[in-house]
Amino acid sequence: MERTTTSLLTSRRHLMLAGASFAAWGYLPKFARAADQRDPRLIVVILRGALDGLATVAPIGDPDYAELHGAIALAAGGPNPALPLDSFFALHPSMPEFARMVSAKQAAVIHAVATPYRERSHFDGQDVLESGFAGPGRVQSGWLNRALEVLPRGPRVAGALAVGPTAPLVLRGAAPTVGWAPVALPQADDDTAMRLVDLYAHRDPALASALSQGLKLEKVAFGDDMKPKPGGNQINAMRQVARGAAKLMAADDGPRIAALAFDGWDTHANEGGAVGRLAQLLSGLDGALAEFESGLGPRWRDTVVVVATEFGRTAKINGTQGTDHGTGTIALLAGGAVKGGRVIADWPTLKLASLYQGRDLAPTTDLRAVFKGVLADHLGVSERALGETVFPESAAVRPMKGLVA
Amino acid sequence: MARDPQAALIALNRFGFGARGGASGDLVNAASDPRGFVKAELGRPNGALLEVPGLQGTPALADAVFAYQDEVKRARDAAAKPASETPPVEQPGQTRGLSMNGGDAAMSAPPSSPPTTGTGMAPAAGESAAGMQAKPAQPQQPPNVVQKTFRIEALARLQRAVLADCGFTERLVAFWSNHFCISAGKGELARMWAGAFEREAIRPHVLGRFADMLKAVEQHPAMLFFLDNQESLGPDSRAGQNRKRGLNENLAREIMELHTLGVGGGYTQEDVTSLARIITGWSFAGRNSRNGAPGSFVFNANAHQPGAQTLLGKTYQDDGLAQGEAALADIARHPSTAKFIATKLARHFVADDPPPALVARLDAVFRTSNGDLRALTLALVDSDEAWSAPLTKIRSPYEFLVAGGRLLARVPEDPGFYLNSLNTLGQPLWAPAGPNGFADTNAMWAAPEGMKLRLDISAQLASRLGNNLDPRDLLDLVAGDATSTETRRTIERAESRQQALVLLLMSPEVQRR
Repeated sequence: MERTTTSLLTSRRHLMLAGASFAAWGYLPKFARAADQRDPRLIVVILRGALDGLATVAPIGDPDYAELHGAIALAAGGPNPALPLDSFFALHPSMPEFARMVSAKQAAVIHAVATPYRERSHFDGQDVLESGFAGPGRVQSGWLNRALEVLPRGPRVAGALAVGPTAPLVLRGAAPTVGWAPVALPQADDDTAMRLVDLYAHRDPALASALSQGLKLEKVAFGDDMKPKPGGNQINAMRQVARGAAKLMAADDGPRIAALAFDGWDTHANEGGAVGRLAQLLSGLDGALAEFESGLGPRWRDTVVVVATEFGRTAKINGTQGTDHGTGTIALLAGGAVKGGRVIADWPTLKLASLYQGRDLAPTTDLRAVFKGVLADHLGVSERALGETVFPESAAVRPMKGLVA
Repeated sequence: MARDPQAALIALNRFGFGARGGASGDLVNAASDPRGFVKAELGRPNGALLEVPGLQGTPALADAVFAYQDEVKRARDAAAKPASETPPVEQPGQTRGLSMNGGDAAMSAPPSSPPTTGTGMAPAAGESAAGMQAKPAQPQQPPNVVQKTFRIEALARLQRAVLADCGFTERLVAFWSNHFCISAGKGELARMWAGAFEREAIRPHVLGRFADMLKAVEQHPAMLFFLDNQESLGPDSRAGQNRKRGLNENLAREIMELHTLGVGGGYTQEDVTSLARIITGWSFAGRNSRNGAPGSFVFNANAHQPGAQTLLGKTYQDDGLAQGEAALADIARHPSTAKFIATKLARHFVADDPPPALVARLDAVFRTSNGDLRALTLALVDSDEAWSAPLTKIRSPYEFLVAGGRLLARVPEDPGFYLNSLNTLGQPLWAPAGPNGFADTNAMWAAPEGMKLRLDISAQLASRLGNNLDPRDLLDLVAGDATSTETRRTIERAESRQQALVLLLMSPEVQRR
């Protein structure tokens, strides 16, 4: 055990001296696709609370949209016009960065998507979204973690980044992960930390594993001007977390795969239209995407960011200028590796007869097909593994083709 | 009963907040009669109530918020005559910053200790409060009434937890408060009411009837505000017709999904909508209300959806407020509720995957006693499983910080350190991210980053206090003969008292429960 202590101590000091580097950390990957020299990065962003897809990417060409979404509907004209994505869909005006990425063909929208979950509990919905299982109640591991386990051998990927004091379910599981949260705090010294790891190694292996992973990451994130500034408003927090994550992931030997979760999308009342509460949140998300782009620098070329939420919201606004829990919604893709510039939708229309249970946007695309398409074409995960391990019992859901350039 | 060191650890850590330092003798007392030690607190009449001078009721707190908001508005109007109209309610920076405000000495250490870490905290906390806009020269704003109230409420709760004999009652309060959580992040009223909600709706009933707690919670202005029910209008009610507004099913859904039946508890979307209609009109008096004192529960018949409703197969005639109360009473004794509560309670106190036999027994007790929470609690303490299951759960950040305060025998005089640390560790007081409250599993709290931050917080504490205490003595007070050889050796071999204290605070004996 002396040996463990010493090597960990060395690595921690090394990290501090080296600034933004993971060099000493044995199980961070060198992950490059031999065939075309690509070195892919994947970031999964979970929006908890159920994003109103119809308010974010509005089907302004659908004749029923304006009436259903009522006072909060976006419009092509007026003081805050929605940003046109094509002749039918328009983007919320507080997302100019994402609009720019779409026109640069580095971002895409998939509309009318949903997980296989058809009830309306946030928490079960999030479990299904993140676990990758067809139903709720399976919370021991997430699909992204299981994807790490089945990545093609050779390039050994063993660490991924969970941003926040706790790991989101999507990244929890057997494959080792590390976490980082932007918090300013005086640090415990290395020697104390290593003694504690040593004690845990003897008495409490689970804590030993958690702590030793936690110790490795923060040094990198703290390297420089990344002085954490928690608090502030939610929008800044989103940007800041994205900035820190991008910095870690931009390093040559930094993690390739990260997951983040942003809360607060449950807009039951006073959701707001072009301005208001949802507009603020979307502005934060837009800022986070821009931070990924600038922070990853040349790595952005090989990056895919997937933004997903547990389900959508009612097509018709409720009695309190908001929307209740629904079904179909959107997923967003952004990054230099995305084959972008489009809204992908098998549009079900918003006619009353087409709405799911007469109230929600009907899902026409299984969200798992989107995830599978990205994992297959971006990371090279086999379709068989996707159908059996990553998304168990989902062989019938074929990966969506052509999402990655 | 024979002295049993392991049972003493279970009594103190599984059920309570850990042994107190100083001359408490907690571990010895617990070892001589572990079950009796746990139950002793339950015998005190009204032992869960928190009545401290300076704590006010919900209507008085509402008055104070409204007065404060008026004052802010007047000041703003005066300052910027032609100014643009900015929305007055949402001030996220202000409300969020509150709990991080103020650089407080770690756990209110006595003034004799050098304030190195205390001041070390201050810039971090100030930076947190100001967020990205932090300007070094910015003078610190005095806390407003909302911030002050939140801190007073937090301090009262913390002091009670640190001083309690075993802490079992306070653990129960924390459990039920998280089960029926609101979030102070919802807005100024929610932050103002967070403590009062727990004192008024949770504490009186933790050893009473579940149905009574349910009714008190769902009729409390803080919950109605948190889940938007004051905005929900019956579409065919007079107010709904006049104002062209209608239902908001937020509270109705969470009552069934999170508070009672649980997901899969046998309700449908139609039931959610029915219950939403049934509880239209459940609201609270706002400023200048003619219906009652501002901040008190009111049933607004004008907003109530007229007509009978069918819920879970039973028809409820429209008799106004009584319609919803009858529905809640039925939901409270529904078999799904019994099972949901039994599982959650066992998961909290015993194991992430609780023993099925224990859950079944608690389920039966809940049903046969008609939701008597004292009977349910005693069944838990009397079970064999609670005393034989290994201590596998990790303390939540709140439990860890309180246990630390008890062990170090520091009664907080200021909640700043606790509130800052809870934010850092991802469990901000009374402010979970969603209405499902904080998760209650090791996956949530034993995550890499969380453990690393716990270590840093322990180091801060130790740097303030470590040189005045003998960690070997503390180890005997907190775990005694139940201490593992490795932990004892690690602490004895530490290079300083300070380091030994960090290791003690982080040891499995303190972290696991």
